[in-house]
Amino acid sequence: MEKLLLSHTGYEVKEARILRTSRLTEKDKLFELSLVDGEILDFEPGQFVEVSLLGVGEAPISISSSPTKRQSFELCVRAVGRLTTALHRLEAGDVVGIRGPFGVGFPITRLIGHDLLLIAGGIGIAPLRSLINYVMDNRRDFGRVHVLFGCKDPQNLLFRDEIELWQRRMDVGFQCTVDRADPDWKGNVGMVTALIPGVDINPEETFAVMVGPPVMYRFVIAELLKKGIPEGQIVLSLERHMKCGLGKCGHCQIHDIYCCQDGPVFFYEKIKDLKGAI
Amino acid sequence: MEYLVLPRSSFDLFVEYLVRRGKVVAPVAKGNGQFVFSEVRKGSDIALRYILTILPPKKYFMPQYETLAEYDTRRGQKLQPVVEVEPLILFGVHTCDLAGIQCLDVVFSDRPKDLNYLVRREYITVIGLECNDYCDTYASCGLMGTFLPQGGYDLFFTDLGEYFLIHVGTQKGEDLVRDIPFLERAQSQHLAELEALRARKAQIFRPEVPVDRALLPRMFREGFEAGVWEEIGNRCLSCANCTNVCPTCYCFDVRDVPDVNLVTGRRIRVWDSCQNEPFAKIASGESFRAERSDRKRHRFNRKFSYPVKRYNRFFCTGCGRCSRVCMAKIDLKETITRLAQETGYLKV
Repeated sequence: MEKLLLSHTGYEVKEARILRTSRLTEKDKLFELSLVDGEILDFEPGQFVEVSLLGVGEAPISISSSPTKRQSFELCVRAVGRLTTALHRLEAGDVVGIRGPFGVGFPITRLIGHDLLLIAGGIGIAPLRSLINYVMDNRRDFGRVHVLFGCKDPQNLLFRDEIELWQRRMDVGFQCTVDRADPDWKGNVGMVTALIPGVDINPEETFAVMVGPPVMYRFVIAELLKKGIPEGQIVLSLERHMKCGLGKCGHCQIHDIYCCQDGPVFFYEKIKDLKGAI
Repeated sequence: MEYLVLPRSSFDLFVEYLVRRGKVVAPVAKGNGQFVFSEVRKGSDIALRYILTILPPKKYFMPQYETLAEYDTRRGQKLQPVVEVEPLILFGVHTCDLAGIQCLDVVFSDRPKDLNYLVRREYITVIGLECNDYCDTYASCGLMGTFLPQGGYDLFFTDLGEYFLIHVGTQKGEDLVRDIPFLERAQSQHLAELEALRARKAQIFRPEVPVDRALLPRMFREGFEAGVWEEIGNRCLSCANCTNVCPTCYCFDVRDVPDVNLVTGRRIRVWDSCQNEPFAKIASGESFRAERSDRKRHRFNRKFSYPVKRYNRFFCTGCGRCSRVCMAKIDLKETITRLAQETGYLKV
């Protein structure tokens, strides 16, 4: 067996240095990174990267920051598997490998000029935050903007500081809810779906964009349709295990679709007939 | 491209000629009616009449374990991409397996291209071998229309008794045979004999299940909720034998293999299987194909429906391997028959 050394096969990584970390919850940590070679990671909100640690492996992580902030990018990582647990042990100054960005992000060119209803469930806020901050940074490109965020309990609330900023903004309607409150919680209690009927939107003008677990999609989509938002204006990001990111390994496949290349962001009308997609 | 004639008495000479050019692999009898592709040194090593090998030639194009990159942590987090290649002459590939290689070619040429596959591919010369009759009753090459050569080879052999007729399919094939003194140009009577064989074959190889091949994708779409999935799901052992032996199953896992020094190591890819329960599991623990019936249905659709939409090609070659190795005796032809009955696509 001969071994050829190539500079590019798609499996090479770029080194990225951790600039800062901050612990968001017991299980979630935010990493701010920049590419070691000085290049800017060229990504769209909604795309993901493969994070690599030699000897441990790779995991797909969605980019949590907006590309409007160019000098660095942020990854919000929940420690659930081997790689993410190893990542949690790293601190500022440490280096990881990055492949990507991969996939189709949120359809920003379609969203521009319209009203937005952005909905996140749990850790779905991590990828959606990229879009939220993009919209905030380009606020005049969009009409009315509502953000709804639901999570299990106040302890698991991600991006607490930023949420306060969003809540204070006059040009964004931000609402947050938890499934289970604690004594200090002063906000809404209940599922994120319960917030939808009360949101004042013009359905023809509104694009709904959501990121969350499959069970949330089923209920939220029903509410959005009830609200009169057309299927072609409902956008969602599907979570699958994107192992290779190159549309080959099969792990993220839904029917004839490879989430890593054809998604992870889809218009609802494109995937609504794919059984098992949500 | 032209046809050449190799007298049967010169077959051993031909194999010797190939062996002088490099490593030759061909079907070899393993006993108990089993055959494998394995290295040969002379003509008599080769099983010219064989039931399809346990593993398809996929193992040379996409090895079960393959190094994608090497690393040395003393150099940071960088990876050095590598492609493992081996010059190889693959002899005796039946038409169903040629179709399988063509499927892999399509997948790995699709953008983003897979250079590990494509670069290795260039080192392999493929010599096909026509089936004059069925290998056994598991095959469904009549239904899939893969019993006749449709490209995908550099040279293609047809056994016509006293001689082999060789079709030259590519420049690579042409270069291989150019200087062989004991090959002759085919005459019209040779081509007539080939025609006669193909006409006989058209009588032998008939659709093994009475369904219209062109309607299969529609049948699978409409039969998504059919009871047959539950039936075979209840029998399936999730052993992944079917995906391992399938000439067109290419799903893989990517893993790191550190050396014992814990400083250097490799990132490899390994065959994986959609039949394993964790295959479609995500970090939150949700599994998108938790039931065996879901996974069986997924695999069948990945042969008869999804790739037709994506690549305009069936990914079942009719080779019958999945049925041959299934420990639960889940049979592809039976499954298609049951689905066709349920959906009303069975011709009467």
